[in-house]
Amino acid sequence: MNPNGNKSWLMKTDRAVGIVGYGAYIPRYRLLGTEIARIWTNGLSGSPVKEKAVAGLDEDVITMSIEAARNAVKRAQIDPREIRAVWVGSESHPYAVKPTSTIVAESIGTAPNIQAADWEFACKAGTEAVQASLGLIGSGMGKYALSIGMDTAQGRPGDALEYTAASGGAAFLLGPAEEAVAVYQGSYSYVTDTPDFWRRAEEAYPSHGDRFTGEPAYFNHTLAAASQLMEMMGTTPEDYTYAVFHQPNVKFPSRAAKILGFAPEQIETGLLANEIGNVYSGSCMIGLTAILDQAKAGDRILMISYGSGAGSDAFDIRVTDNITKKQNLATRTQTYIDRRTQIDYATYTRYRGKLKD
Amino acid sequence: MTHTTITGVGMTPVGEHWDKSLRELAAEAGFQALDDAGNPNIDALYIANAFGSTFNNQSQLGSLIADFMGLVGVEATTIEAADASGGAALRAAHLAVLSGEIDTVLVIGVEKTTDIVGSARTAARTISLDADYEALHGATLPAMAALLMRRYMYEYGIELSAFEGFSVNAHANGKRNPNAMYRNTLREGAFAKAPTVAAPVNLFDGAPDGDGSAAVIVTKASVGDVKIIGSSGATDYFALQERKDFLRLKAIEKSVEQALQRANTTRDDISLFELHDAYTILSALTLEAAGFADLGTGWQLAQDGELSLSGSLPISTFGGLKSRGNPAGATGIYQAVEATLQLRGNAGDNQVTDPNVAMIQSVGNLASTVYTHILAK
Repeated sequence: MNPNGNKSWLMKTDRAVGIVGYGAYIPRYRLLGTEIARIWTNGLSGSPVKEKAVAGLDEDVITMSIEAARNAVKRAQIDPREIRAVWVGSESHPYAVKPTSTIVAESIGTAPNIQAADWEFACKAGTEAVQASLGLIGSGMGKYALSIGMDTAQGRPGDALEYTAASGGAAFLLGPAEEAVAVYQGSYSYVTDTPDFWRRAEEAYPSHGDRFTGEPAYFNHTLAAASQLMEMMGTTPEDYTYAVFHQPNVKFPSRAAKILGFAPEQIETGLLANEIGNVYSGSCMIGLTAILDQAKAGDRILMISYGSGAGSDAFDIRVTDNITKKQNLATRTQTYIDRRTQIDYATYTRYRGKLKD
Repeated sequence: MTHTTITGVGMTPVGEHWDKSLRELAAEAGFQALDDAGNPNIDALYIANAFGSTFNNQSQLGSLIADFMGLVGVEATTIEAADASGGAALRAAHLAVLSGEIDTVLVIGVEKTTDIVGSARTAARTISLDADYEALHGATLPAMAALLMRRYMYEYGIELSAFEGFSVNAHANGKRNPNAMYRNTLREGAFAKAPTVAAPVNLFDGAPDGDGSAAVIVTKASVGDVKIIGSSGATDYFALQERKDFLRLKAIEKSVEQALQRANTTRDDISLFELHDAYTILSALTLEAAGFADLGTGWQLAQDGELSLSGSLPISTFGGLKSRGNPAGATGIYQAVEATLQLRGNAGDNQVTDPNVAMIQSVGNLASTVYTHILAK
């Protein structure tokens, strides 16, 4: 155990760091849970979400990351050449070898004086990149860093995951606190070896441990990360205007929030799973964009990610006066949610390349 | 010597013990029972377990658990009869002590189901069916129970909702039991609307598999302790299709009759009955086969509170398999522990008023193996 007491587990930067720009992206296609149930269970089974967002034929994690990154840069109003790192967290990088991040970086005009890399930690790859960005900027190594969580999540046809595995995500441009719309007060990560969900190299679909993905996996890490961070920050749920959790469905984040003592009103703004499904690496990150779209100066936000394998990143964020100047500089998250074209299961199989031969 | 006694009991909560292994669960219950009995010397360790070989890739549990509990040297073995393993092990202990060759047996029932998930778990559990004539063709236990239930509904012209009372009663009792897996109340009417498992068996009909371990110390007759006064085992045709009359569970008929005879007691003396409520259809058919209801009327007992803690024949007093959970091979030992607590008057919120005699019944599959025990103050 930590000999200095748990306070020293808190991650706090030397220089104050904040979010200077943020942006979401959700593809327009929607597949209803009832449509999946129609195909696989004669409509008998319920769905954990109403509908999920589906990427179109010409979309992948690279194109969607570029969309979100452009939105983040628009809100930041900076010269992209000042960005020193472009990091993309995903479970669905189009290439096994060849970075997503270099294509994104070049597309938004940052290259070549940057760091670029792809991150992988199941659904918390994006927030892991945020933790690294905090280190990069907080230490003074660079002025701005872009962290993206984006996925075109895979669910085996007929598997429970197919109801929720969705496409979308968000980008966060971190930089000096004085330019920020929200400033990081402290962060924390909680990681164990917990094999709840995995996909081996060259496998098309992930495997999961069924109910093992609940208590010992999602809840253990989410609750531990949240309660540890609040203890170290000396806060309670009442201190936060909003809380946003990794949202593989509606039930898990709602239950985690309830156990921690958050009221439904604190989580509803950032809880998008019912409308867009589980966008994996982008899940709580896109939830945070929806909150920032609504936030006012002084609002405090608790953000907890969860990635299988397993771990959670926890962030304590305070919104600044700059927020209202930035909210309308790029497409709002709700606009993406409302921009909706319903498709049937057959179209879905075509768009997501489910048909082999 | 005509009877043995149960001098110590122990059990873990039933549920998903993700952080405990099979041997840890067994030891937890085993040490509780030893402590409860005042830590006697043990001559033999019997492990009741049904699916260790497929759920946990582990056989030879006797020696494994003896070693883990620091009992190296003691005679130890596993006794397996699918979900009737618990009753089979209890009877083996009872007979061993009655023989006079050994004095004291520690019987531990243990099952660790959550080491394996999804369809692999279904396959691992299906080894208790007839591999050549049932399982190979896709049969599972819930599917076979569904066939039986459908036949019962057809023969006696009753609706699915008629079975609701069994599950409602189990949950009403399990709600009071801190060791129960599902402590929720089943609202009236929810039963018939529950998601289908294998029609007509639904989620609120079949008992949930769970991890758990329970243990008893069976020893020579001693004054003041709960006695095992009757014990009997019986079998039926293994697969449903071999039976002449599906709706008569012959092994239950035989085993109950024999146990009552050996205990020199009658049905009227039974204060409570821990039956094998893995499916509501088994509860109904068991009450009929055990002679507590006429053919086709077992379900009626569940309609008006006769099976509740304050009724004329309380069943599933700690929630039964349905609410307490069904840790397969351990379930028969949970029944023995729960009946012992009832007879000691230590059943807490689940206490039946002043019970003198308890019947417990451990059943494999759809009653192809049956063990019945009668315990008394």
